[in-house]
Amino acid sequence: MILEAPFTEAKIRALKAGDLVEITGRLYTGRDAVHKYLHDGGKPPVDLTDSIIYHCGPVVVKEGGKWVVKAAGPTTSIREEPYQGPLMEQYKIRGVIGKGGMGPKTLAACKKVGACYFHAIGGAAQVLAKRVAGVNGVHLMEFGSPEAVWEFDVVKFPAVVTMDSHGTSLHEAVEGASAARLAKILG
Amino acid sequence: MDAKTLQARLLELIRRTSCELPPDMIRAVDQARRKEKKGTTARYALDVMTDNIKLAGELSQPLCQDTGTIICYVDRPLWLRESVFAKAFEKAIVEATQKGYLRQNSVDSITGKNSGDNLGPGSPVLHFHETTAKSATVRLMLKGGGCENVGIQYTLPDVGLGAGRDLAGVRRCVLDAVHRAQGKGCGPGVLGVCVGGDRGTGTMAAKEQFFRTLDDENPDKTLAKLEKQLLKEANSLGIGPMGFGGETTLFGVKMTARNRVPASFFVTVSYMCWSYRRNGVTLSEAGRVGRWIYDDGSKR
Repeated sequence: MILEAPFTEAKIRALKAGDLVEITGRLYTGRDAVHKYLHDGGKPPVDLTDSIIYHCGPVVVKEGGKWVVKAAGPTTSIREEPYQGPLMEQYKIRGVIGKGGMGPKTLAACKKVGACYFHAIGGAAQVLAKRVAGVNGVHLMEFGSPEAVWEFDVVKFPAVVTMDSHGTSLHEAVEGASAARLAKILG
Repeated sequence: MDAKTLQARLLELIRRTSCELPPDMIRAVDQARRKEKKGTTARYALDVMTDNIKLAGELSQPLCQDTGTIICYVDRPLWLRESVFAKAFEKAIVEATQKGYLRQNSVDSITGKNSGDNLGPGSPVLHFHETTAKSATVRLMLKGGGCENVGIQYTLPDVGLGAGRDLAGVRRCVLDAVHRAQGKGCGPGVLGVCVGGDRGTGTMAAKEQFFRTLDDENPDKTLAKLEKQLLKEANSLGIGPMGFGGETTLFGVKMTARNRVPASFFVTVSYMCWSYRRNGVTLSEAGRVGRWIYDDGSKR
């Protein structure tokens, strides 16, 4: 499935857990330091309305005066669980891309706001960096390069919807099924 | 060997470790990929991993953007001084960071400031052992934070798990660790497990297991059997690649044991992601590369 900017509520509501999507448009990276900063009341350096946040600490180097993305896979999202839901609600963030899934607070916010959790393949830093067509800018560099807000213009960025805006989480399902199997093995 | 040559050799070791998956892991990813049905999310994840391995090697760019904690073990003949090695290694790390083989990955835990060059207290991690061999052996592991975060240390007995102070208890701990990790450690992963030791040595010994190859056989027969059993049981949980559900949850379980004091019984589990970055090289006193120790002649 194709998901193109602008990321409207209607487009996001149409997505279901399990959908494979290719995202085209602008993503803003943001991870631990940025989420804490925003949650503590820090001013967003970009307009987050209808945005998609990418949990990513990329390797970016300057070559010939231009930013070049050397590696850009997702980081583990669950660390943002305390902040993600409230920030989604406050800024009408329409989606986050990360890995490993998130918890019930974020799932509830996805349902309320009309947002999705997109699971990119962890460790696939080259496949995903290749889909970054350009770097439009960078903010909050004082947090260090991996923790800064990078503006990535991506083309056909691949991800799986694992938490949708209708209350379904594939992570909950796998965790439940594996817990039942574990209990059986242990007797 | 002069310092410049040593630095160049170590830069190449860092580059290979960051950009090239070891042959045993490439085979494991390929086998896992064939096990998953086409059209499933698990198969999709393994297809992307396969593409990524190829691309990283071709472009000479990091397999994963989290280039991890830099952990280096050196078997050091008398001709190689620790201080000389450490200095050359630090210079190689700075250069590797500038070239983008390594991310700026060292953060001051008090001020939150990134050192920008991967150096700082505790980075890199260096272990030296004296050897009577003529050549030095340098083994390097880049261990990402996502998988490091799902590592765990248990204290037996553990009432909640129903785990007593025996191998049956150890089994309960290991399977609990796999279940807790779900897809958060970027599976399919490999577990390094240490039974016993103290909190520090247990963790170190668990991580050292990642220098073993996937297909090796544990010389301890009891542990060899337990490794196989736990791998099978973990894979029957159905957590699958990235926690998407599927056949392969782990590629391997590697165990070791250390003596403990009577009062303590730790079980330490360390998790290594599929983006399993380890490599090693032998270096002669003249500065020549002897061999890349994990190369087994198989095609990349």
